[in-house]
Amino acid sequence: MSDNLTLPAQKGSTDTSKETLLEVKGLTKHFPIYGGFPIKRKVGAVQAVDGVDLTVGVGESVGLVGESGCGKSTTGRLITRLLEPTAGKITYLGKDITRASRRQLAPVRSEIQMIFQDPYSSLNPRQTVGTIIKSPMEVNGIEPEGGREKKVRELLELVGLNPEHYNRFPHEFSGGQRQRIGVARALALNPKLIVADEPVSALDVSIQAQVVNLLQKVQQELGIAFLFIAHDLAIVRHFSQRVAVMYLGKVVEVGDRDSIYNRPRHPYTHALLSAVPEVAIDDEAEDRERIRLYGDVPSPISPPSGCRFRTRCWKAQDKCASEEPPLVQISGNRDGHLTACHFPEDPTTEARAEDVVLDPALKALEKDAAGESGPKVTKG
Amino acid sequence: MTTLTKTEDAPAPSGSESFLSVRDLRVQFSTEDGIVKAVDGLSFDVERGKTLGIVGESGSGKSVTNLTILGLHNPRTSTIDGEILLDGKELVTATEKELEQLRGNKMAMIFQDPLTALSPYYTVGRQLSEPYMKHKGASKKEAKDRAIQMLEKVGIPQPKVRFDDYPHQFSGGMRQRAMIAMSLMCDPDLLIADEPTTALDVTVQAQILDLLKDLQQEFGSAIIFITHDLGVISHMADDLLVMYAGRAVERGSVKEVLHEPKHPYTWGLLSSMPRLDGDIHEMLTPIPGTPPSLLNPPTGCRFHPRCAFTGEVMGTLCTDTRPPLADGRASACHLTAEQKQTIFIDKIQPRLR
Repeated sequence: MSDNLTLPAQKGSTDTSKETLLEVKGLTKHFPIYGGFPIKRKVGAVQAVDGVDLTVGVGESVGLVGESGCGKSTTGRLITRLLEPTAGKITYLGKDITRASRRQLAPVRSEIQMIFQDPYSSLNPRQTVGTIIKSPMEVNGIEPEGGREKKVRELLELVGLNPEHYNRFPHEFSGGQRQRIGVARALALNPKLIVADEPVSALDVSIQAQVVNLLQKVQQELGIAFLFIAHDLAIVRHFSQRVAVMYLGKVVEVGDRDSIYNRPRHPYTHALLSAVPEVAIDDEAEDRERIRLYGDVPSPISPPSGCRFRTRCWKAQDKCASEEPPLVQISGNRDGHLTACHFPEDPTTEARAEDVVLDPALKALEKDAAGESGPKVTKG
Repeated sequence: MTTLTKTEDAPAPSGSESFLSVRDLRVQFSTEDGIVKAVDGLSFDVERGKTLGIVGESGSGKSVTNLTILGLHNPRTSTIDGEILLDGKELVTATEKELEQLRGNKMAMIFQDPLTALSPYYTVGRQLSEPYMKHKGASKKEAKDRAIQMLEKVGIPQPKVRFDDYPHQFSGGMRQRAMIAMSLMCDPDLLIADEPTTALDVTVQAQILDLLKDLQQEFGSAIIFITHDLGVISHMADDLLVMYAGRAVERGSVKEVLHEPKHPYTWGLLSSMPRLDGDIHEMLTPIPGTPPSLLNPPTGCRFHPRCAFTGEVMGTLCTDTRPPLADGRASACHLTAEQKQTIFIDKIQPRLR
């Protein structure tokens, strides 16, 4: 399994030397919480994103994974400046756009486009498909060769829809086709970067692959950089050359695809990978490690001190509570593979001598079962 | 299934009789647009203490089937034909009162979204105790003890305190745990889990799946596990039923269906899923087209408009004859056994590596 991955890994590590398209430093977004009576005061903040560093190279596809509430979608919206960052710096092609005004931002906006998760609510039901795809060009005053309508028809054909459907309304299309319309709209302005926020998670399994293939074709043929936000680790692996793993508003590990999926160091990355349910096509596919965490992600209103994962981590010590681990390259990691952990794991995903089971209920049940039926294998 | 004979199931050599048996089930809904044939001639068996996985895309009829077993469809808008035998008792013709005796007692359900399935108006403890008091005639005190015991079993910390909490005070994973506790209160013989982990994060999903599996070993319930995720099902089920557009297209043990799938739809599902250890340079192979509308389903084999192998079948069999699904390990497809074998080995298996 690892030998067919050595090639792309080398390619992935050279990719980091590519020209930087977008650079994010210390990006922070705190949503204030108001309370009190009669005068409402700020009583706290949801620390949705708290100091995220990320780079996207020209034509590169970067995956952003994490569980719900970890701030991955907020990061995407901050980068497209749909939300105002609380702190931090966003640099696009060497230009600081963190506080750029509407007018300053206008030329950049057309180069950074977004694809949304829900193909039902992200298309205006009162507009025809033609109008929807045409409107970005109208807003930006772009007159392509041969007219806008011709361009729209080309785009429809590119994303695999019938150009004759120009005058149809969104409700006449299925979920997968609507997502194709969303892709066509994002492509209308020839963007350099597309932020795709869970573009396939609302679709059926057989349709997901169609849209993933379309995005991959677009990425490779048009050389567009992607920030691919998703919670499905297998799809992100399929799509992205580099992957960043987020937990509670912070990037805990970032690196090229091979490093993250085959040589992860952060305990959370290990736990996340081990939790992915995989179809066992062969009998020998069961040699993955088994880690079962306990409980849910803590509230981002008052996140744990120090390392944010320490409350669910099996390696946590006093140091983890007092000191926040920096995102650095740990010895033994490849270039560009950064991990934020005081006590990193071994770089392997092979099965351990003993499974890590933190869930007390699960532990109790498994102990009972093992006690009753003698030497029972508790592997999943 | 016109070829259905009432022979005993061949694939169970251990001689264990089926505990739930569904025969030629048809469920139709009349809507403004016409009649929706949500389930069309479905037959399957569930053995005691075993897990049957049902996979399919949205609209394939998997949830409808299970709501039918529980008798939860509105009789005014739905027509139900066929036979559902639960431990020898016919459920299709059962009265509402008889069903009430069974629901929550002999058969229980875990819903997909615990926030909408739990009532926001009552405490979790009260919702857990109620079925126990109703079905077992237990006192309030006994029901509370039982509820606290169950909450502890599913891993809710401080169950005595949490007993008096409302569902909104629980996190998503905790709510699903409470739902599982609720379904197990009366020690049901049949548990229907309808996408129980789809709304949860992967790390929480892994906890809940393992918990459900371990609890099943302890309680010995039969489980019908409905999901669209083949990865989840390969982890959970003993037997597998693949559904497409209201019909079963393939049946067998999980190992048989996932290792040597025999239906083009199952091939399509497997090769359209990216794998954590797959080749990244290989493009995914999606199933072309979209699932059909059940208002006006395709004739013959319902998968034929999306099938890549109709050309290999003689004449117009695919478009005008419904392929039968035999008992036991079987697939509803007109391709011959040898054709399936060659196509799978030559064209499908390389994609799954």
